[in-house]
Amino acid sequence: MSAIDTSNVPLTNRAKAHRVKWWREVGWRHCVGVVAVLYSIFPLVFAVNMALSPGKTGVPDASKLFQQVTGDQFVTLFTNNRPETQVHFLNWLANTVIVGIFTAIGTVLMGGAAAYAFSRFRYKGRRTTLTALLIIQMFPQMLAFVAVFLLLKSLGEVIPILGQDSLVALICVYLGGALGVNTFLMYGFFNTVPISLDEAAKIDGATHAQIFWGIILRLVAPVLAVVGLLSFISSFSEYIIAKLVLTTPTKWTVAVGLYSLVANDRYAAWGLFAAGALIAAIPVLALFLFLQRYIVSGLTAGAVKG
Amino acid sequence: MSELPLKPRTQKSRKAATMAVAGGWGPGFIVKLILMALIDAIGIFGVIQAWRAGSTTILVVAIILLLVVNYVYFARRAIPGKYLVPGMVFLLIFQVYVMLYTAYVSITNYGDQHMGSKDAAITAIQSQHTAVAPDKDPYAIVVLQKGTDYYLATVVDGEAEYGTSDQPLEALDGATITDGKITAVDGYDIVKPDRDNWDTLQTLAVPLSDDASQGFLMTERNGTQAKVYLPTVRYDKAADTFTDTETGLVYHDGGKGQFVDDAGKKMPGSVGWRAVIGFANYKTIFADTKMMVPLLKVLVWTICFAFLSVATTFFLGLILALVFNSPRIKGQKIYRTLMILPYAFPGFMTALLWKAMLNRDYGVINKWIFFGAEIDWLGNPWLARLSIILVNLWLGYPYMFLVCTGSLQSIPSEMMESARVDGAPPLRQFRSITLPLLFIAVAPLLISSFAFNFNNFNLIFMLTGGGPLPGTGSDTKIPGATDILISEVYRLAGVDLGTPDYGLATALSILIFVLVGAIAAFSFRQTRKLEEMA
Repeated sequence: MSAIDTSNVPLTNRAKAHRVKWWREVGWRHCVGVVAVLYSIFPLVFAVNMALSPGKTGVPDASKLFQQVTGDQFVTLFTNNRPETQVHFLNWLANTVIVGIFTAIGTVLMGGAAAYAFSRFRYKGRRTTLTALLIIQMFPQMLAFVAVFLLLKSLGEVIPILGQDSLVALICVYLGGALGVNTFLMYGFFNTVPISLDEAAKIDGATHAQIFWGIILRLVAPVLAVVGLLSFISSFSEYIIAKLVLTTPTKWTVAVGLYSLVANDRYAAWGLFAAGALIAAIPVLALFLFLQRYIVSGLTAGAVKG
Repeated sequence: MSELPLKPRTQKSRKAATMAVAGGWGPGFIVKLILMALIDAIGIFGVIQAWRAGSTTILVVAIILLLVVNYVYFARRAIPGKYLVPGMVFLLIFQVYVMLYTAYVSITNYGDQHMGSKDAAITAIQSQHTAVAPDKDPYAIVVLQKGTDYYLATVVDGEAEYGTSDQPLEALDGATITDGKITAVDGYDIVKPDRDNWDTLQTLAVPLSDDASQGFLMTERNGTQAKVYLPTVRYDKAADTFTDTETGLVYHDGGKGQFVDDAGKKMPGSVGWRAVIGFANYKTIFADTKMMVPLLKVLVWTICFAFLSVATTFFLGLILALVFNSPRIKGQKIYRTLMILPYAFPGFMTALLWKAMLNRDYGVINKWIFFGAEIDWLGNPWLARLSIILVNLWLGYPYMFLVCTGSLQSIPSEMMESARVDGAPPLRQFRSITLPLLFIAVAPLLISSFAFNFNNFNLIFMLTGGGPLPGTGSDTKIPGATDILISEVYRLAGVDLGTPDYGLATALSILIFVLVGAIAAFSFRQTRKLEEMA
């Protein structure tokens, strides 16, 4: 096809039929794809426009897209040069990343260990614990925010680091949900690793710890990546408990901080919010794209139960 | 453990014993030892702290946890325990205990006017019913501030003393006294009453001693003098009653965290305390039509919202997955990467972003798609509901697309081939093979997606805040048009505005839990039937 110049020679019937067939079978799919991609990314274009707009408060006029481009919002974000608003963006970002990383690591290790126990050992009360977990995980922690608040208040009187306004306390609360949500996803995945592998290692003299750290955890790496990523993202987006636990503006997470910028309709600093959102979204997006391959397999592994 | 046999009895245990000896001081064991030493140190610190603070519950829990952890990690048995304990500890404290505590709070009156203990309430009532003692001289005082707390300090017999509403006058260390007046205190600031702190200072009544009937010090507007106020009510400890010394009326503990008169009417101007009131909160939810009718509407909307969210996202995700489920399309990866961006973008940001996009005057939706029409998307109840569904569609379809793509690819190709060989038309292939198999695979995910949206607080809170609210009434408890159950709980709890009613809020949380649990149990049973049929 490429060797013959077809632009001014009338198409032969065969080529025409070929093109029609291509359109019928493949081409229209590309059209759908382009529409879907546009649908997915146009709000992000709008976010970039807001972040680059000069206005201090209010929603920038969308009909004047990219007509005035400035980096003021980003400067404000990092220098906190607006006395009327509390902007400690670097603190918020650091807090969020710290909370996210520790929550993710803790969730992966504790969830993985529990899934290993459920998958590889047969002991009294195994079924009961599994069922209990299934029931407990239906109760979203967020529903108990009043009780979480009260618990931290009384814990804080004894051990201040477990009390209000402490990142450690927030991580502990998030880790409370570590077993419930993720153990089943991991449990199903662990079951797909043949038990004969463990047995072979056992005969060679490996201890249960060596089997867990050396064999199983390596084989289930995809699901560990998914669970770690999902818990990182969910702690990143969690608002209600973070808002109750963290009271000082410098200790806020990104979710609490960015919401505070636009909470009041009259003074909503939408440009500042958009700039912060774009920066804060970068680590999540990067992780997501980086682990994309695992995510697709991990999500469906949960669907097709073992 | 005491009757550990000297010689291993079975071959298996002998092998275990030799293995344990062989690996006894390996690197793994040393790591374990270091970790355990750290954990024990932290645990013992916690125990000491709890002992110091006199908190029995935390003390007992800390000791039990320490013992359990040490047993599990140093005993040869309990191998599953070694893997379960870390997660279980967090689960028990921050999930199970919190759940039970929620249930407990739901049978109390905890909330506005019922915040503290009964003792605190008794002191507070005495400080609220006071009159200036005519025969006592005013005290020279200073107002101290530390953080957000305020104290009154004065000089009694040459020594500095200070106190606050729930702490009677006691010795104050680190005060500098010049000419019988306090001029500086280490760690505290001496402040003057101003417009900002007067509301707090006005209510500051410092008991002169543990016996509240001795009177209270309350600061004057100048912040240098405090008059002695005597309670006009008398508390009788033995009978647990209050007597109004002016009218002679007697108030007793009504059993619901409140002092009441004989007719059961609340003692005027009195605060209550936290008390168990049984199922009164649940009764309010079910029996009070002012509560019940709006809540029923909220429930209906919650179910509609969760169902429509799942249905629309699944439908769009499935269609796209079918369109792209062809190996002949080039650039699949690029399409997929760009398409799943909404899923990767943190949810709360998206909801807020859409709030700006739906802005009536300047938003991109009105300006571009509706050519500048000023449609008040988030101000009209039905448009707000529609907006929420559409935003959630944008947020959720990439997930469904990924899930459907994965399931489509896991359908065995022999099945499709044999259908093709049998001459089944494409539509028939889809209806009889693809759809049922796909559905079995994704049904559990659809259920969890439903459960997730049932409690999708972030979306509602960030996008509409539950609004538009009915009218401009001052009652902050009435749900808005787009409030789902969980955001209504938040409203009842009164965290942001209004008066907190934790009892009622937690009662509603428990009801949500029961509802979600029932729905999930029912649907999981249905999917199991589906699986058996296939």
